[in-house]
Amino acid sequence: MNDHQSRRLALWNWTVAFAAFLFASFLGFYQVVERSGLFDFLESPKGYFASVSTHGVLMAYVLTTFFIMGFGYLTATTSLKRPLWQPGLAWAGFFVSLIGTVLAAIPLLTGKASVLYTFYPPIQAHALFYIGAALLVVGSWVWCAIMVVMAVQWHRDNPGRTLPLAMYATVANALLWLWTSAGVALEVVFQLIPWALGWNDTLDPGLARTLFAWTLHPIVYFWLIPAYIALYCFVPREAGGYLFSEEMAKFAFLGLLIFSLPIGFHHLYVDPEQGAGWKLWHGVGTFLVAVPTLVTGFTVLASMEIAGRLNGGKGLFGWIGTLPWRNPMVLAAILALLMLILGGFGGIVNASYALNTMIHNTAWVPGHFHLIFAGTTVILYFAIAYHLWPKITGRKLVSNTLALIQLWTWFVGMTLLSTPWHVLGLLGQPRRISGVTYNSLLTLAWQPYELFMIMGGAVLLGSAVLFGVILWRTWKNPEPETDTGIAYAEPIHPPEGLPAWVENIKTWNLVILVLMLISFGWPIAQFFFLKTYESLPWGY
Amino acid sequence: MHIDPLEKKWLYVALGMVVLFLGSIFLSLALGIKPPSNVETIDSARLHLSEEFAEDNLGVHIQPDGSIKVIMVAGRYGFFPRHITIPADTPITFRWASIDVLHGVHMPMTNMSTMVVPGYVSEVTTTFPKPGDYPMLCNEYCGLGHDYMWSKVTVVAKQTWEREHASKGGES
Ligand code: HEM
Ligand SMILES: [Cu+2]
Ligand SMILES: [Cu+2]
Repeated sequence: MNDHQSRRLALWNWTVAFAAFLFASFLGFYQVVERSGLFDFLESPKGYFASVSTHGVLMAYVLTTFFIMGFGYLTATTSLKRPLWQPGLAWAGFFVSLIGTVLAAIPLLTGKASVLYTFYPPIQAHALFYIGAALLVVGSWVWCAIMVVMAVQWHRDNPGRTLPLAMYATVANALLWLWTSAGVALEVVFQLIPWALGWNDTLDPGLARTLFAWTLHPIVYFWLIPAYIALYCFVPREAGGYLFSEEMAKFAFLGLLIFSLPIGFHHLYVDPEQGAGWKLWHGVGTFLVAVPTLVTGFTVLASMEIAGRLNGGKGLFGWIGTLPWRNPMVLAAILALLMLILGGFGGIVNASYALNTMIHNTAWVPGHFHLIFAGTTVILYFAIAYHLWPKITGRKLVSNTLALIQLWTWFVGMTLLSTPWHVLGLLGQPRRISGVTYNSLLTLAWQPYELFMIMGGAVLLGSAVLFGVILWRTWKNPEPETDTGIAYAEPIHPPEGLPAWVENIKTWNLVILVLMLISFGWPIAQFFFLKTYESLPWGY
Repeated sequence: MHIDPLEKKWLYVALGMVVLFLGSIFLSLALGIKPPSNVETIDSARLHLSEEFAEDNLGVHIQPDGSIKVIMVAGRYGFFPRHITIPADTPITFRWASIDVLHGVHMPMTNMSTMVVPGYVSEVTTTFPKPGDYPMLCNEYCGLGHDYMWSKVTVVAKQTWEREHASKGGES
């Protein structure tokens, strides 16, 4: 077996990812309770903001990055059917990221980095926080390099063949992440770290926000692509059918890679430091990325329909009933698509700047991203874990029924949590508040929604704990798993006649470079021409 | 390459949807709805020395052409002046600067929304159709007192405002 190393890497990367997730879920529940304003004795801005900062960093950066690295190593070795390139390097990357996580966790947990996961200056955190975050990213770059090298070597050894879809998407994601993380890396290395260490007295918060916006949009696709890989490469097969179109899938991944990068200013629609023309340009691009997502929705539904009909489903909707709902992968896909559709509507509101002013930075925003990120994306992470954890530990999944219960409760909990959250936003509640102190009638209208959110949070916490229990008991299960091979869905037609640029990494990079120069060139350069005034550090 | 006929149809639908969304963006642009973007810098550490954002210049100003300008400062933890009164159905231009960190200002249920970034002046022009008391809330984390950061805006009917407030420059 030539994928022994990648299985161990996946096991340990995922252990870190899921441990972070479990801990952060407890924080999430504490937050919904604390912020509701219904329990006076709990009120503590200090505790709350330390908690949200830790929860945000663990969920958005630690869970995702380690999960993606582990999944990528598995995908590379099993889809390319070749051993991991430089496993020693992969372990080094793992440890660099792990050390970074621990270094950042120390100030986070001791309240010395309550700057939230977006760490907008000029509020300053302890320098260890920025250094730890930087190391987490540097470790993940090692993963990116290994993915790219393996794809290039495979191309060299298999002239004329096209990359297996799962690997195609993984390399696209590795490149996406290299380009994406460059923005925040520039901010952290040239602005935040020198400033936190006292080498520089001041920095420009406008430039910092611009660099962060570069990262903030495509990063969500970095998180989402593994979920899409499951939808394209596992779900059709698990449902008992075939992938509708591999070609379209490749176009979708390529579209996500190229068009999600140059559009980050939709996060700055109401910022003063960028001009309206640039915002319009990024706004147009934002709607273009909807196309690959709409294509994905179509291909996945079409693949499921094929499976449902092969299973004997008849009529317009009969195939839905004949899908194997008791297969965790299929169930998660259905629930994920439901949340994606709802979240997609919300996303259109966020992306339209005339509507955006109504909900910008209100509770609507965390409502939206919990639905689509903690919902759609993470539920597919769970499904991938149920699918692959038995294969990497060699132990049989302890209970399929428990896994189904866990997925359903996650869906119900997320609906209960995020629906009232959206409403609260429309009712004007700001995001990132530790309590509702406003002396205004408005806050009375918020209370019933806060109660629903607490119920949602409780269901979610239960579901998260169940997830942990299932994985733990599977790991310790005496019964071995017999089917440890990892198989990917077959397309109806083998892909053929794809234009060469679809597989050409150099061409992709060139196109991205040009688009990034157009979208970010002047907006960043302007700070060196404007007469700007920098900020000293502030505590919180 | 095979593109299934059904898939092709769906692609057209998807593109049609995108064109519709883009159309709505450009339509609002044509109606004059555009994001606040004036790319104007200011020394946030010396606001008191600037003419515009000096303490005694803050508040509601009636311009020679009859339009209204509101000059405000955001600082931990409040928006200053803490209470303003403005007329409904009148275009109002808010100008903002921060004295310390990043803040966001939002009047719920209205599109008076902007970030206030230290070093930059934010400007928003909007009209309030409905008279009433509005809170003005900070919606970007700015420190442990973030949830205590709010001020009040009273929007009164245009005639009332002209009768009772215009002479006082909008002071309440
Ligand atoms: C156990 C279930 C969860 C609950 C009850 C929960 C609850 C919360 C709450 C109350 C906040 C504070 C939001 C604010 O003050 O504006 C928050 C923030 C956040 N959550 Fe969750 N959450 C959960 C799971 C997740 C998951 C699974 C993810 C993603 C993988 C996630 C990602 C985030 C992020 C990134 C933030 C930071 C938001 C910010 O800084 O504005 N959460 N969560
Ligand atoms: Cu975005
Ligand atoms: Cu504030």
